[in-house]
Amino acid sequence: MQKSKSPPLPSTPTGRIRHRRRWHSHEVVPDVSKLNGSLLLVNDQNKYRSMRIRTFSSLWMLGSVILILYLGHLYICAMVVVIQIFMASELFHLLRRAHEDKRLPGFKFINWHFFFTAMLYVYGRILSQQLVNTVTSDKFFYKLLSGLIKYQMVICYFAYIAGMMWFILSLKKKMYKYQFGQYAWTHMILIVVFVQSSFTVANIFEGIFWFLLPASLIAVNDVVAYFCGFFFGKTPLIKLSPKKTREGFIGASVATILSAFLLANILGRFQWLTCPRKDLSTGWLQCDPGPLFKPEYYPLPAWIPQWFPWKEISVLPVQWHALCLGLFASIIAPFGGFFASGFKRAFKIKDFGDIIPGHGGFTDRMDCQMVMAIFAYIYHQSFIIPQTNTVEMILDQIIRNLSFEDQEVLYLKLGQIFQ
Amino acid sequence: MQKDNDSGGPSTPSGLSGRLRRRKGSNEVPPEVVKANGSHLLVDDTNKYKSMLIRTYSSVWMIGGFAFIIYMGHLYIWAMVVVIQIFMARELFNLLRRAHEDRRLPGFRLLNWHFFFTAMLFVYGRILNQRLANTVTSDNFLHKLVTGFIKYHMVTCYFLYIAGFMWFILTLKKKMYKYQFGQYAWTHMILIVVFTQSSFTVANIFEGIFWFLLPASLIVIDDIAAYFFGFFLGRTPLIKISPKKTWEGFIGASFATIVSAFVLANILGRFQWLTCPRKDLSTGWLLCDPGPLFKPDYFTVPQWVPQWFPWREISVLPVQWHALALGLFSSIIAPFGGFFASGFKRAFKFKDFGDSIPGHGGITDRMDCQMVMAVFAFIYHQSFIVSQSVSIEAIMDQILMNLTFKEQRALFMKLEQIIQERSTTPSSAITNPRDYEVISDRENVLHIATRNVKMNGSSLGERSLFYQYSGMPWRLVSFHQLYHLLEAFLLVAFKFKDFGDSII
Repeated sequence: MQKSKSPPLPSTPTGRIRHRRRWHSHEVVPDVSKLNGSLLLVNDQNKYRSMRIRTFSSLWMLGSVILILYLGHLYICAMVVVIQIFMASELFHLLRRAHEDKRLPGFKFINWHFFFTAMLYVYGRILSQQLVNTVTSDKFFYKLLSGLIKYQMVICYFAYIAGMMWFILSLKKKMYKYQFGQYAWTHMILIVVFVQSSFTVANIFEGIFWFLLPASLIAVNDVVAYFCGFFFGKTPLIKLSPKKTREGFIGASVATILSAFLLANILGRFQWLTCPRKDLSTGWLQCDPGPLFKPEYYPLPAWIPQWFPWKEISVLPVQWHALCLGLFASIIAPFGGFFASGFKRAFKIKDFGDIIPGHGGFTDRMDCQMVMAIFAYIYHQSFIIPQTNTVEMILDQIIRNLSFEDQEVLYLKLGQIFQ
Repeated sequence: MQKDNDSGGPSTPSGLSGRLRRRKGSNEVPPEVVKANGSHLLVDDTNKYKSMLIRTYSSVWMIGGFAFIIYMGHLYIWAMVVVIQIFMARELFNLLRRAHEDRRLPGFRLLNWHFFFTAMLFVYGRILNQRLANTVTSDNFLHKLVTGFIKYHMVTCYFLYIAGFMWFILTLKKKMYKYQFGQYAWTHMILIVVFTQSSFTVANIFEGIFWFLLPASLIVIDDIAAYFFGFFLGRTPLIKISPKKTWEGFIGASFATIVSAFVLANILGRFQWLTCPRKDLSTGWLLCDPGPLFKPDYFTVPQWVPQWFPWREISVLPVQWHALALGLFSSIIAPFGGFFASGFKRAFKFKDFGDSIPGHGGITDRMDCQMVMAVFAFIYHQSFIVSQSVSIEAIMDQILMNLTFKEQRALFMKLEQIIQERSTTPSSAITNPRDYEVISDRENVLHIATRNVKMNGSSLGERSLFYQYSGMPWRLVSFHQLYHLLEAFLLVAFKFKDFGDSII
């Protein structure tokens, strides 16, 4: 989700204007060209009005995101699910052709069938522990739920097989190619949409911090890249997106890494953001956030002048991890945006949808976020959890979550490693 | 992988010879030899016999090779699956490639194989990480290497994938965008189809060759039986996509498959080589206790069976009932894999996926129904045979990935201590089974007292009270004491109540 930067040459014809309207950007229409930043925005009523619309919708989005963050984990998950549904419906519509669709009644329901199967599977796996922890009061409900979790794989598999059989039985002569293309397209969409959103949800329940920090870094990267390109942009970056410049890219990288360091410090002080949520409740959270969020104090070196107000800096250990996240967000996450740009060029579409006024659809907003969400989850699983998970914590998990028989089975399995 | 059954009606002319679908181990009858109610027999034609000879020869060779590999063991079967995978992927990659565009995109094919090897690393790393850990315990250096691999497995595969992703974006060429994106999507779909089923197959193999051999054999039997039933009795067509399949073939094959599932499970279940799981990556002989599923139950034959029947009692392995479910699936739902492949070939207008096997098509032609069956066999096994909860897997994964060898050993010792303590101390204070029953009979008791009710851990009650009393997730010890106190109190209270009732 990069900001578009104006090209340096004044001869760009208006035909190649790609109105990439982005999230709270100060969009510059390309015929107002810049040469070393010497020209300023042309005083044009239309441009200001469109900028106002865009800023207004951006602020509205920002405000609602902050409200949802305040409300808690469950509401954030609900927001993720809603965004998923919108993204999926935009993408499903994209490569559908109205002519063929008229001859295939009921075919688009197959898409939604697969969507709900995927949702059942993904959220069932990720939230099974949390669900079990929530529903403990009623005996019947608990049995129902644990039965569902136990047979979740079978249920989802049969739902998928039902969808596949439905697809095969609905194949119509002379429409085979279109139908198979749609089937493949559906699978690709669902994979793209669900992998990243399931990882996002898993991260949310580990602590809102691990969802908020990567998302903010992408936003910061976009905004700073826009402004750096606006003022300093000269050499183009990649053929796919001709308006991106190297200066914008490098400036944004520096700014993103710095702000990752600072933002981690600020966000890490709130228990609401750093505590994991073990069940599906919505109440207040209190916990021991773990060694990652306890500040360490470093005394400032001697060469800092006297008027500097702080004598020692407090650094949360998580800030070093945030540096890695910032590095990824600035260097690799923009490739998600390039992928989406290339895709739109390949299929000659301007935007994925038009839900958000002044911007495109949801997929336009989420293209870089998707790559970042996956990385944030994998980073968390591989580097954060091993640091915070000690023998005691795993032992507690074993005692708390497994029955006695299961514990003995686990004991036997562990024993095989040491033979 | 259904057999082609000749459709009824003498009006199918020789023009249909173009749609000849040659299948494994079949006595394929070309459509010129048309059947009407099975009245015609094979026309005496040397060409047809020669092609049947070729096909039979390659089928026998395949079956022989397959049996040899089964004898060699789990690791070799895994290698066979990997080889089949590579061939399938190569056939499918080549399928939708267009030579003209490919010349202008050098190195684009390498991208496919890069994704292929990333997928292989990911899938087999996940499935076999526990067995890998079990194998390498002797050498310290190798163990560190293996532990490191397991720990950073996900990150490694992710960065390999991202590298491929970035490579793809950087090689996008103007005016070829649509072709390249199409190829990218096609690569992903192929890899998903090929790797899902083969990874599940490998997981099943290490649970016991039986769980790989039985489903595969059922598909083969279903094909052959469907061919012969259609050959002799075939009349009403089954589905528009495959005009040569008939209802009679389908129903006859279903019946035959279910019966042979029952019988085959009995035969295969008697060999320990097939039923024992492999816990590590060794290749030696296996000895184990196969478990209650493979111990025969004896049923006496009922009275109405005539005297000349040689057996007075039948031994049935409990696994045979599960095999019935597998047989049902393979006869009714697995053929849809074949229909899918047929429809796909019609959609993109080619006759076969490849030509690796003489007399048959490519490897994908052989494997289309097997793929659907392999996925089902794995899911069935995980859900109904292995009654293991997802939690054990998750915690085992955590232990393998997050702890060093020393920490794993420490955890092991502590767990040992806990289990021993629990078995020696009369911790529950429920020594009299009568009291235990009394409590469990009462439905209105707080269910923390019903320890013999098998829910997800007897720590169930702990959790419900726990969240009301304490906000600290890691402080559990004091709550254990509270739990036992409450339990003892309830026990005593109900004892008194009954005592009081019995007096009155």
